[in-house]
Amino acid sequence: MNPWDLADVTAPARLRDGAAPERPWPRLVSRPAVPMPVPGTRRTAEPIAVGSEWTVPLLERFDVALAAHAGRLQLDTYPIQYEVITAAQMIDLCSTVGMPVHYPYWSFGKQLLGQEHTYKKGMSGLAYEIVINTSPSLVYLMETNTLPLQVLVMAHAAYGHNAFFKGNYLFRQFTQADGILDYLTFARNFILDCEQRHGWREVERILDCCHALAPYGVDRYKKPTRLSASRERERLAERLRFAQHHYNPDVAYLYENAEVKPEAAAESFDPQENLLYFIEKLAPKLAPWQRELVRIVRKISQYFYPQRLTKVANEGAATFWHYTLLHELYDHGQVDDGFMLEWLSNHSDVVTQPSFDTENYRGINPYALGFSIYRDIRRICEHPTPEDREWFPRLASTDWVEAVHFAMANFKDESLIEQYLSPKVMRDLRLFAITDDESDRSKYSVRAIHNEHGYAQVRQMLAAQYRPEVHTPALAVTRFSADGDRALLLQHRVERGRLLDAETATEVLGYIKELWQFDVVLEEVDDGDNRLKIHRT
Amino acid sequence: MSDSSASSRFMRVVDRRGDPPGRSAVNRERFIRRFKDEIKRAVDDEIGKRGIADVGKGSRISIPGRGLKEPHLQHDHKTGSRDFVLPGNHEYIPGDTIDRPGGGEGDGDGNEPGQGESRDNFAFVLSRDELLQLFFDDLELPNLERTRIGDVTYIHTRRAGYSRDGVLANLSPALTMRMSIARRIALRGGIARQLDELEREIEELAPCEVERRTELEEEIAQLRARREQLPFLEEIDRRFRARQPVAAPATRAVMLCLMDVSGSMDERKKDLAKRFFALLYLFLERKYSAVEVVFIRHTETAQEVDEKTFFHDPQSGGTLVMPALQLTQKVIDTRFAGPDWNIYVAQASDGDCGEEDAQRCAGYLQTELLPRVRYFAYIDIPSSNPGGWFSRPSDLWQCYESVADSGFAMRKVHDRRDIWPVFRELFARKEATA
Repeated sequence: MNPWDLADVTAPARLRDGAAPERPWPRLVSRPAVPMPVPGTRRTAEPIAVGSEWTVPLLERFDVALAAHAGRLQLDTYPIQYEVITAAQMIDLCSTVGMPVHYPYWSFGKQLLGQEHTYKKGMSGLAYEIVINTSPSLVYLMETNTLPLQVLVMAHAAYGHNAFFKGNYLFRQFTQADGILDYLTFARNFILDCEQRHGWREVERILDCCHALAPYGVDRYKKPTRLSASRERERLAERLRFAQHHYNPDVAYLYENAEVKPEAAAESFDPQENLLYFIEKLAPKLAPWQRELVRIVRKISQYFYPQRLTKVANEGAATFWHYTLLHELYDHGQVDDGFMLEWLSNHSDVVTQPSFDTENYRGINPYALGFSIYRDIRRICEHPTPEDREWFPRLASTDWVEAVHFAMANFKDESLIEQYLSPKVMRDLRLFAITDDESDRSKYSVRAIHNEHGYAQVRQMLAAQYRPEVHTPALAVTRFSADGDRALLLQHRVERGRLLDAETATEVLGYIKELWQFDVVLEEVDDGDNRLKIHRT
Repeated sequence: MSDSSASSRFMRVVDRRGDPPGRSAVNRERFIRRFKDEIKRAVDDEIGKRGIADVGKGSRISIPGRGLKEPHLQHDHKTGSRDFVLPGNHEYIPGDTIDRPGGGEGDGDGNEPGQGESRDNFAFVLSRDELLQLFFDDLELPNLERTRIGDVTYIHTRRAGYSRDGVLANLSPALTMRMSIARRIALRGGIARQLDELEREIEELAPCEVERRTELEEEIAQLRARREQLPFLEEIDRRFRARQPVAAPATRAVMLCLMDVSGSMDERKKDLAKRFFALLYLFLERKYSAVEVVFIRHTETAQEVDEKTFFHDPQSGGTLVMPALQLTQKVIDTRFAGPDWNIYVAQASDGDCGEEDAQRCAGYLQTELLPRVRYFAYIDIPSSNPGGWFSRPSDLWQCYESVADSGFAMRKVHDRRDIWPVFRELFARKEATA
């Protein structure tokens, strides 16, 4: 056992004696994070390439090598297509959330201009890669990367992310990798067409509203229907045909002026979480094309929903696999030491976790956390300690490949941490949990640290931190009467007294009202259904 | 599993670097369209700070970030309790308390969304075209390319194939050698044909015709010798690089800015003048590859100054225009003489000089200056009157009215909105004067 682990494991024992809480460890100096592969393993091949220059044929040879290793390690991926792009094209792509096709919208332009500016000023770097969840999987490689970096990116994106996209239950359930690009093309054409017909101001007004509500355009539990551009087109054409066949100016006049009565009954109303869906179907005054815009934003938001839930799991898996695959290359002699040193330097930049009290702390780094978790799964399978046998009896001494694949396929961030965060990882990252309590705002109180008493609690609290409700306040439509004043009542369930920020709440309500056209009220209720606060437009 | 992924391989690395750029140009344009007012204000400020020659360059623009917010529902961090887990514990054990860092903002939770929105200003870079579009926007700029001043040309020579004669310096060795080889091949072919004929004749001769035989043999020997001695190079092989005179637009231009900086020229007038000069500069820059700018300011005396002094150094005193015109001529004669310089003069003044001076100026302009320059534009910037009408034209205006020349034009500018129409009028294509 590693002396560090010993020190930490024995620490609680001393605490239990009831002696003065002596600080059980010295101030931490960092410890080597990246062990090199075992020297002396047999090399079976000459390096595929040395140096840092890359060419397209070279990348293809590396891809073949990576594919062989990935196949052996049972990585199941969508077909891959690499695209080499320039920095400007990378900025372009980043501005449209990585999608090569997207509808035009000013906010993307804002991203573009902002990023371009900071990049040119040298204030920020660019992503090394982008991979999107499509089939075939598109992996974008920056032309400025060196050869080791390109191979790192290939292993990371084309094999790690790609396998995650294909295997993880959320992506299987919620997204269709083969339909998204078609759908986005359809959406772009539809929106351009709307701009022609109704003017860009109108289109932009609706899109602004929809984008503000995009986090609430998601079915969180129900599996959405498949995305299909052709079916959408079909549906629109059908609607047009119907309108043509049944067009009667007199009836149309009546219809336009009639009080429309949606069928939703006011009495037994189930709370609706998908606000955009609700608006699309029931908003009293939206024109059909406006409903289509709402639908488009909603569908795209739904597509990205799993990505919001699997940051740690996804990045962790991809980082674990690039680490593993590149070491496979090294162990087979396909790359040399210089190659390893170069990518490891990039790798360690990516998985650095600054301490909370340092200046460059930006929250928990999903790469660091995810990578540690997956790597520890492998360690527990291969070299379990008595502690591991106690915490993970089903994992210790089993096949690590199978265990890692199971962890990739069946968990999101919250459950992954809940199930797999091991005491060793908590000790390595020196995780501790604090509470910011309503009763005393001047201090945070430390609740649990990485010791025997605290492991379970730290783990549980860290997992809770990744619940979507923590970042995106939950919202539901709770009442709507079609026959009465048509006011929309929204409800936010307050957790532990955390109210909504009044300023943004009012602004967002404004957007909802813009779509709904009648009164919108947002109430905040606690667990006992007591009304705590009301926002009105 | 591994088999299926291996068999579905299809390759795979596509080089997209050559793809046409600007896939997101449409989003960029939408952003600018949406925040046009803010950006325009920023552009105006920015241009006010710039030198004339820099007006046309792309630039960093910064607009207030308030309007750009895209609000999302958020928690109010001042209410309720929450937990968070942090990395890097050095010293804490359960039960410890940590003082809240200043400002009451939670430092720990970096997972909050939307923190990037809180910046005060949003800075970005506009390209040259976007900037010009916005700069000329309230000048109601139509397409600048469409207006033309009568095309300015000069003659130069251009390569035009090869010719048979020329000076030796222009000899093209490669082509000459090709011609020589061709000539030798052609001549050898003729000789070979003759030889064939003669040899056939010898074979057919009866043995008795000895005389004829020796005759033929002599002839053959002669032909063979000729074949061996074909000249390597002959006069007709020579080829020379040919040149041809072509009329091309002139590429060098100088723009002389004359401005009255006497006490009566206030900031508003200077700003109008600067806009006019900037416009002229942009216009010339599109026509010529290099445009030089000379600044001449005058009160009672004239001096050549740099741009900063020209626009920002206030002067006081009366106004005499004549010295400025004389200095202009001196500058032209010493530095920009010769036919390949295209000289443009733009003069801005409130025209407030003595009548005598004005008359002298008009005469000087007509006789001395106008023959030397391509175009002389005078803009008169009268003081704004509360009534909005102008009591009488200025002295300089009155006297300049007598100047009649196609290379001279003058207009009044009262307001920023006038500048572009005036500019267009001044530089509209002249139908009569080709």
